Amino acid sequence: MADTGGRGLGPDAEPSAGPGPVGDEWDRRIVAGLAFLRERLTGDYAVDEFGFDQHLTDGLLLPTLRQLYRTWFRVEVTGTEHLPDDGAALVVANHSGTVAMDALMLGVAVHDEHPARRYLRVLGADLVFRTPGLSELMRKWGATLACNTDAERLLRAGELVGVFPEGFKGVGKSYFERYQLQRFGRGGFVAAALRTGTPIIPVSIVGAEEIYPKLGDIWPLARLLGTPYFPITPTFPWLGPLGLVPLPSKWLIEFGKPIEHCEGAEAADDPMVVFNLADQVRETIQQMLHTLLERRPNAFSD
Amino acid sequence: MSAEGALGVVLVTGVAHYLGAHLAGVLAGDRRVGRVLGIDSLAPPEDLRAVLGGVEVRRLDLRDPAMTSLMVDEEVEVVAHVGVATTPEPGPGGRQAMKEHNVIGTMKLLAACQQAPGLRGLVVRSSTAAYGASFRDPAVFTEDTEPLELPRGGFARDVLDIEGYVRGFHRRRPEPRITVLRFAPFVGSYTETSLTRYFAQPVVPTVLGRDPRLQFVHIKDGLDVLHRSVVESHPGTFNVAGRGVLSLSQALRRAGRIAAPVAEQGLDLAAAVPQSVGGSEFTRDRLDLLVHGRVVDTRRLIQEFGLTPRSTAVAFDDFVRHHRRGALLRPDKVRAAEKLLLERVRRARSLIQDWGRILDG
Repeated sequence: MADTGGRGLGPDAEPSAGPGPVGDEWDRRIVAGLAFLRERLTGDYAVDEFGFDQHLTDGLLLPTLRQLYRTWFRVEVTGTEHLPDDGAALVVANHSGTVAMDALMLGVAVHDEHPARRYLRVLGADLVFRTPGLSELMRKWGATLACNTDAERLLRAGELVGVFPEGFKGVGKSYFERYQLQRFGRGGFVAAALRTGTPIIPVSIVGAEEIYPKLGDIWPLARLLGTPYFPITPTFPWLGPLGLVPLPSKWLIEFGKPIEHCEGAEAADDPMVVFNLADQVRETIQQMLHTLLERRPNAFSD
Repeated sequence: MSAEGALGVVLVTGVAHYLGAHLAGVLAGDRRVGRVLGIDSLAPPEDLRAVLGGVEVRRLDLRDPAMTSLMVDEEVEVVAHVGVATTPEPGPGGRQAMKEHNVIGTMKLLAACQQAPGLRGLVVRSSTAAYGASFRDPAVFTEDTEPLELPRGGFARDVLDIEGYVRGFHRRRPEPRITVLRFAPFVGSYTETSLTRYFAQPVVPTVLGRDPRLQFVHIKDGLDVLHRSVVESHPGTFNVAGRGVLSLSQALRRAGRIAAPVAEQGLDLAAAVPQSVGGSEFTRDRLDLLVHGRVVDTRRLIQEFGLTPRSTAVAFDDFVRHHRRGALLRPDKVRAAEKLLLERVRRARSLIQDWGRILDG
């Protein structure tokens, strides 16, 4: 990712003594914006082997999502001191909201609220990578397929990896089951952590449940479209495209204390160890959710 | 691991094509190699004849029964099977002829190898297409990754068949050392492949909503690895690719080309029309690459051969430098436009500020 810099004009490198307000705040923004466009147009940036495009993430995706993060969901974050400054860690969070907006907001939280400004490499369902458009954007954002090969490769490379073990069972659950953690699948994430010897950081996300409250499900339509569900929310599909606007719920994200494990790599093949550790992570997240919920007077407070 | 003693006779297939001809030429210039026999069913074209200086070229099809007697009589010690077709040749036969050449040709070649008592080594050109393409694949393939499903592309299927026959040969004759090299697509200054022709178009069709990760290997590095696999002993299967990744859109921008996104179904239709009846060069192999991309791990190669191929970006830049002509968006023009725009904006802003001052004062 290093060869993107250096060749840009940069705010100071522009010697042009042309007329006008050179060097003020807006001028700097215009210079940076034009340099960004030029670097995009000439392909002058780097993409990693998973397709993560830091140039696009910094220049376009993060600034866009940041608006949503700050002004729409008013996200408050605690416990960032539990994230390591460097080296690998597996960030495990609850999943909700009908549309997996929580994966994106968690990425903004990790990048913006932690001093090391790290990127969260989230693992996504194969549906994401089957869908044109979405697959392209998510790879550029740093996501990759949720499989053990990719997870372990990222962890061995010292990355922060984000995982949502509930999968579609979590995102697609009905509004009436909100904040009740679903089953944690086969615990593949635990095996990846054991094999690579990385700490597991539990995370609770409060607020995503209310963005698209899923009241019902037209499953024949879902089967027709090949999606896991076809949601009915208070606004969708009644209001058409307007129904796609998420409700402005108040979000709280808490990073918990890393869960230590000292079983070693061999334990990754022991189902007992894997399930026990997965249960421990699940219970920690569930408890953190309850305490967080008490801190929020109502779902749409300031 | 290290260089062994002098080699007797080396047989190179596919010498009517760039890679085979250059490999044969390099081997003929290597003092460790006795004689180099080059075979192909076609006569080498004019521009490759200069390369084939010290090579004894025979016009012989791999399926020709004379192959066995050639192998035995000439006491061939190492076979470098480079003549694997990646796309159908234009003209009659098309895909069927390509499959015949690749699969049956390799089978017959291996049968001839089995008869050759003095055979010490076999080097096979394979491709990273052997990993198939699917959205459920891991992001990076290592040599041990098995394809999840049978690929749709003809070349990819051929490659899987060829590797299967090579494994079968190894079971029957375990003593010759076998090197299988899975190459990423080749690029370089003067190489022409169907993929470089794809990138050389001014407007390039891509798949809507997909930006695959691509890897290339510089043809010189490819030749280097082939050369060393023949004269040294490096048994095993190796990915050969330049480190790093370019996304398709990024590669097109670096080449100054314009992307024309087309829905996947449209390209699938285009790929279904064979070239012989007026179809394009676009195949299902290409489509799979453009949808899923392909990235491989090269640590095994670097460790075993002690060489690091030029990175994907460097290899591709070398290709771009020699294909400037079709470029529509050149970096210097973009830079000039950026400068012009900045000046205009600054002038406009200073005008507005001046007006503001006049109105205030």
